[in-house]
Order: sequence, then structure tokens, then C-alpha cells
Amino acid sequence: MLADALTIVLTGTGMLFFFAGTAGIIRFPDTLSRLHALTKADNVGLGLLILGLAFQAPDLLTLGKLALVWALALVAAGTTAQLVARSAWQSGEQSAERSADAHDPAESTLRGDP
Amino acid sequence: MTGISALGFDLILAALILGAGLFAITVRDLFGAVVFFIVYGVFVAIAWLRLGAIDVALTEAALGAGLTGVLLIGAVARLSRVTTPAGNNTSDEMRRPPAGARLASMVVAGSISGVLGWAFLSLPDSTGLRDAVADNLAVSGSANPVTAVLINFRGWDTLLESVVLLAALVGLWSLARDRDWGRRAGLRQHARPGGVMATFGRLLPPFGLLLGVYLVWAGSSYPGGAFQGGTVLAAVWLLIMMAGLMPVPRMVSVGLRAVLVAGPLVFLGIGIAGAMAGTFLGLPPTYAKPLILTIEAALTLSIAATLALLVLGTPDPSP
Repeated sequence: MLADALTIVLTGTGMLFFFAGTAGIIRFPDTLSRLHALTKADNVGLGLLILGLAFQAPDLLTLGKLALVWALALVAAGTTAQLVARSAWQSGEQSAERSADAHDPAESTLRGDP
Repeated sequence: MTGISALGFDLILAALILGAGLFAITVRDLFGAVVFFIVYGVFVAIAWLRLGAIDVALTEAALGAGLTGVLLIGAVARLSRVTTPAGNNTSDEMRRPPAGARLASMVVAGSISGVLGWAFLSLPDSTGLRDAVADNLAVSGSANPVTAVLINFRGWDTLLESVVLLAALVGLWSLARDRDWGRRAGLRQHARPGGVMATFGRLLPPFGLLLGVYLVWAGSSYPGGAFQGGTVLAAVWLLIMMAGLMPVPRMVSVGLRAVLVAGPLVFLGIGIAGAMAGTFLGLPPTYAKPLILTIEAALTLSIAATLALLVLGTPDPSP
């Protein structure tokens, strides 16, 4: 009974994080802030979901698998976020340089867009 | 899940599949269409899981959503580099094909769906070949009925599939320019030594290797097999190359080509040996299990190498 209640509270909170993260991806203006929203959903949201599901795990093996899923998703999301951020940052720098060369102030507003 | 909650889940899943499919077709931006196609593949894999077809679910997730998605993303990236000159900011807008072409493809796709639906609805109520497979499972050399069908009962199909995969790679390589022939396949990789990518490329491969080999090994008695395991191994190899920890092979490398043809060649060799003993591609029950494992191992290597090279593509045109 207590385990079920904990599962509902934790997975519910986890889904809130996913909802907020999705809203962030759609609403935030540039790549870096969108990444911020995405990784919050991935790390904390998935973590809460896994923690909630852990209370329903029938044995230690399932518990281990759940933990592994979270750990691998954390590593993958963290790495991808770094790579996307670096790529966005570099292309932002390049487009800023290009607009400085062309003396076109309008183009610098594109900075940061993927 | 039972009763009403299972029905609700399935209805939502079916709606999500249809929605993702519809968006993949109708969305105007090419990259967006690819994203919806991948999402569609993931939902379809979950649907196969709900139907209890774990082998198909694994294949759909690995090949349908994963590998095809990566290939399509690569294609979109190359397309936008080829079709739009630098500075043109309409790069993502898909140019609409003429109305005639759109109508023709709609009619063709609609007729195929119609015929498939009609064939499904007019199927006689029978268990198909399930009983025949179950009766002969003991002599097939595999405890997983899917593997028994793929390698033993319907070995023809799998042999030809592996040849088709090879033909796809030959077709892709023939797009390379003559002067690029002999260079390393694909775009130049530029991971910083000691960077995040290099660390990731060291951290993940042990898990990937374990999972890939396990999927092949388990395939003889549980869901899994050469295609699923091969896809995971291809991803591991790609990751190591992208992290700059291993050089990308040259397209003229003899060793590489030996790996590419090993699977179809071993399969064909065992098939011909079977022909000498009576049936082409027939596996004698006493040796069936080791023969299936040999074929699966060789096929896995070839599939992994072929899929990875398909993703890498032809050499970077800018020297």
C-alpha cells in the first residue's frame, strides 16, 4: 500500500519534470536553454520515474536493470548535451564572425540557432 | 495489465502510432519528418512488445527506429549541404514536389495499404504454420521458433536478406567519386582527444559489446539474433570510430571486405554442403545447433560491418 502510494507520487512528479522539459524545448528561445530544459527532464524526470518503478520491482535483478537504465541514460544524455552545446556554440561563433565580416547586423540575430 | 487499463493503453498507443505516422508524412520540414519517423518506429516497437513478438520488437527498435533513423538524419544533412548554397537560410524547408508526383505516390501508397488491409481481413481463421514449426522445433537446432524459421526452415530468405544488405553497400560505394576511392569511408571525424566524446567512446563499448554478443548468443533459445546483435555491434564500432579511438577503415581494405562477405559466404557454404547431403540449406538435426551458431556468428560480423559502413557513407567530398 505504502509502496504503491510512493510509486504514484514519484512517477507523477517525474512526469511533471518531463512536462516542464517539453514545454521548455518548445518555448525557450535558443539551443543552450533548450538543452538545459531537455537534460532536466532526462536526468531528474527519468530518475524519479525509475525510483517510483523500483518500489514495484519483484526482485533484485529487476532493480539492477532499472538502475542500469537510469545510469546509461544519464551518461548518454550528459554526453549528447555537451556535444550539441559545443556544436551550437561553435556555429554561433562562426555566424557571428561571418556577420562581422559582412557588416550585416541582421545576421547576428541568428546566433545560437542550430 | 488487464481489462480496461490494457485496452486504454492499447488505444492510446494505436493513436500515438497513427499520429506520429501522419506527422512524419505531413510535416513540411525534412528534419522534422525524420524525427517523427523515429518516434513512429519506437511506438511500433512497443506495439510489437504488446503483441508478444519480442524478436520483431527488438528488430524494429534497433533497425527500424535506430539505424534507419541515423541513415535518414545523415541523408538530410548531406542533402542540405548539396542543395543549398551557404548563407541561404531556407535550408530546412522541403521543396514541394509537383502535384502529379504527390498524387501518384498517394495513390500507390493508398493502394498498397488497401491491399494489405484486405489481405489481413480476408485471412482464413487458422494458426498458420505455427503448429508445423512447433512440431519440428526439436530437430531444428534452436529452441527459439523465430531463429528456427530464420536460419533453418526458411534459410533462403535470410541468405538473400544478407546478400541484399551487401548489395546496398555496393550500391552506396558506387556513388563515391573515382579519386576518392581508397580513402577512408565517411566524413572526417573530429573528436577532441580527452574530450567528452572520447570518454564516452571508452565508457560505453564494453556494455555494447556485452549486449551485442548476448543478443546473438541468446538468439538460439530466447528472442534475439544476428540482426539485432549486429546492429548493436555496428553502433559500438561507429561510436569508437567517432570518438577517434580507432581509425575508419579504407574502402579498399581486403580484411574489411572479407568481413563483409563472411556471413553470406559461410551461410552459402553450409547451404551447399547441405545440397551435397540432399537438401540445399538443409541442416542435419545432429549438427543443427553448432551450424546455426556458426551461421549466426558469421552473419553478425558481416551485418555489423555492413550497417556501420552504410552509416559512414562515401568519403567526404571536401578533401
